[in-house]
Amino acid sequence: MSIFINKKTKLIVQGITGRDGSFHAEQMKAYGTNVVGGVTPGKGGSKVAGIPVFNTMEEAVAATKANTSVIYVPPAFAVDAIYEAVDAGIKLVVCITEGVPANDMMKVYPYVKRNGAQLIGPNCPGLISVDQCKVGIMPGTIVKKGSVGVVSRSGTLTYEAIWALTLAGMGQSTCIGIGGDQVIGTNFIDCLEAFENDRATKSIVMIGEIGGSDEEVAATYIKKHVTKPVVSFIAGQTAPPGKRMGHAGAIISGGSGTAEDKIKALNKVGVPVAGSPTEIPVLLNDLIVKRKEKASNTAKKKIEKKATIRKKK
Amino acid sequence: MKIHEYQAKQLFADAGIPVPPGEVATTPVEAYEIAEKINRPVMVKSQVHVGGRGKAGGVKYAENAEAAKVLATSILGMDIKGLTVKKVLVTTAEDIISEAYVGIILDRVTKNPVFMVSSAGGIDIEEVAAKTPEKIFKLAVDPELGLRSFQARNLAYKLYRDINQVRATADILMKLYDVFWKVDASLVEINPLITNTASEVVAIDAKINIDDNALFRQKNIAAMRDLDAEEPSEIAAREGDLSFVKLDGNIGCMVNGAGLAMATMDLVKRYGGDPANFLDIGGSSNPQKVITALKIITSDPNVRSILINIFGGITRCDDVATGIGAALDELNLQIPIVVRLTGTNEEEAAKILSSYKLPSEDTLDKVVKKAIDLAGLGK
Repeated sequence: MSIFINKKTKLIVQGITGRDGSFHAEQMKAYGTNVVGGVTPGKGGSKVAGIPVFNTMEEAVAATKANTSVIYVPPAFAVDAIYEAVDAGIKLVVCITEGVPANDMMKVYPYVKRNGAQLIGPNCPGLISVDQCKVGIMPGTIVKKGSVGVVSRSGTLTYEAIWALTLAGMGQSTCIGIGGDQVIGTNFIDCLEAFENDRATKSIVMIGEIGGSDEEVAATYIKKHVTKPVVSFIAGQTAPPGKRMGHAGAIISGGSGTAEDKIKALNKVGVPVAGSPTEIPVLLNDLIVKRKEKASNTAKKKIEKKATIRKKK
Repeated sequence: MKIHEYQAKQLFADAGIPVPPGEVATTPVEAYEIAEKINRPVMVKSQVHVGGRGKAGGVKYAENAEAAKVLATSILGMDIKGLTVKKVLVTTAEDIISEAYVGIILDRVTKNPVFMVSSAGGIDIEEVAAKTPEKIFKLAVDPELGLRSFQARNLAYKLYRDINQVRATADILMKLYDVFWKVDASLVEINPLITNTASEVVAIDAKINIDDNALFRQKNIAAMRDLDAEEPSEIAAREGDLSFVKLDGNIGCMVNGAGLAMATMDLVKRYGGDPANFLDIGGSSNPQKVITALKIITSDPNVRSILINIFGGITRCDDVATGIGAALDELNLQIPIVVRLTGTNEEEAAKILSSYKLPSEDTLDKVVKKAIDLAGLGK
């Protein structure tokens, strides 16, 4: 098991003949992803790395019965690519493109929802369900099969965290980067919910950064709905207010969105926050051990209680 | 991207939102001439990209043209929160009866543009928001439907009871919403929106922030960028397609990816150092970018060591190594550098750099500690 993508994923690469699209189409195929086709208007009938190219999403989906698409087209055309994918019946759209105008995202988001589809990104590295399927640009070499679910607003920082887990012998179920823009399709809560319901995932790592209040909202959700151990890391503790730190969404404005507030909110609901990516596996392991002890203590107490009740009888 | 008040007012005026007449001056003489043309008492307003200009003494009232000239002399060149005033807006002084606040922000939680209005406008709006949030009314607008007339009226009634003022305000709100979309704003704000002795509703201040991601299709807006109001190193970085923010420390950082760049800075601080900058070279492998990045970092005289942290994914470590090598050949750097290149093609990278004898580390924690050592701050 895994979340969002698996062995049944049939993927179309939008913008497959571009520099990034062709390179990553090949990488995804090599990882074992079922890449059934690609789309570039005007290039229909050709092939990229043995993958058939179509002129439109409509044609591609009709010919391949694809259920997922990944977008590598330039920012000026990325939003149209999302509409096109959803209109063709794609249920999961992963938009890698960086630099998509936020106002366009505000308009496309309700369209995606209304059509029963899911959007991941934009400006995200995509996701990997380890040893099953990879959609996006994450390096397949750093993951290891296991039971940690990883969700992150970042790209390379996610790799750093995954690598730390892998080196510590803690493999992953699915690793997903949701993107650092202001308006994104899939948020922390969507992923937390999916990880909570996924049997292959036993614990969760959530990597946030300054800006917005997604981590605070996620903390509230974790308290109410997540039973699995969660460890976090928040980037941007030294970031100055009012300056955009690369990601469109990573900005402390009007005193809100600080790392301090986020760490406080997470600690309050029992989520330890690592001081460095390398601390993540240590904290996660501690938390898992602590939970197990607590569970076995509770179980012991239950048995003792039953025994005393029996004695009394 | 931020634009100045006078530029935002021009966009408002173009959209039909009432703003007082005025022009921008860069010298006291120009300020005098504008005030004379207006031929009424004026406000002399510093044009800098920072809030709290009034409280800092950068907004003043002048009875006549001569007074405007004197005020412009003192305000031009003034330092407001680290920024030097190079332009003033000279504009008609209104007789203010009441001050309200209206703004639209992109709200990431609802994924909608959200209106915020309050009858308690003016310079203390932040305090109002913090202490009496119930005085601020919010309305999330469905981006597919747009702002309906009744919604604009509802908001206007939160500010005024007089039907003429309500109608005028509703009209302003509709136009403001159009401006928000037309210029790809992430924020538009009128603070204060005033009523004057003639019962008119007028926008006497204007603030617009533009979504950087939309600048490719907002050529006119992009041309409004005021290079005088920005840090020179940040301008050079933008031209080199790098994401850069100058900080006050002495350890120069060059990282791929914004999240990892922030995490690297955080670790520098955690281990007792102080980062000189945020710098993300992005996902590209272009060696030229690495050269530009090192030039920008070393142009800061405070920098005492340079930390290069690359986690290769799309970015190939060998390309970065080629760039570092070229930069070392070209720039004759005297500042110590420590590198950590891990991920895609790291072995090739190590080979390329072997002749330069740069210190290198294999983990994030180690490379950060080494950079602090090299800066002479280590224990």
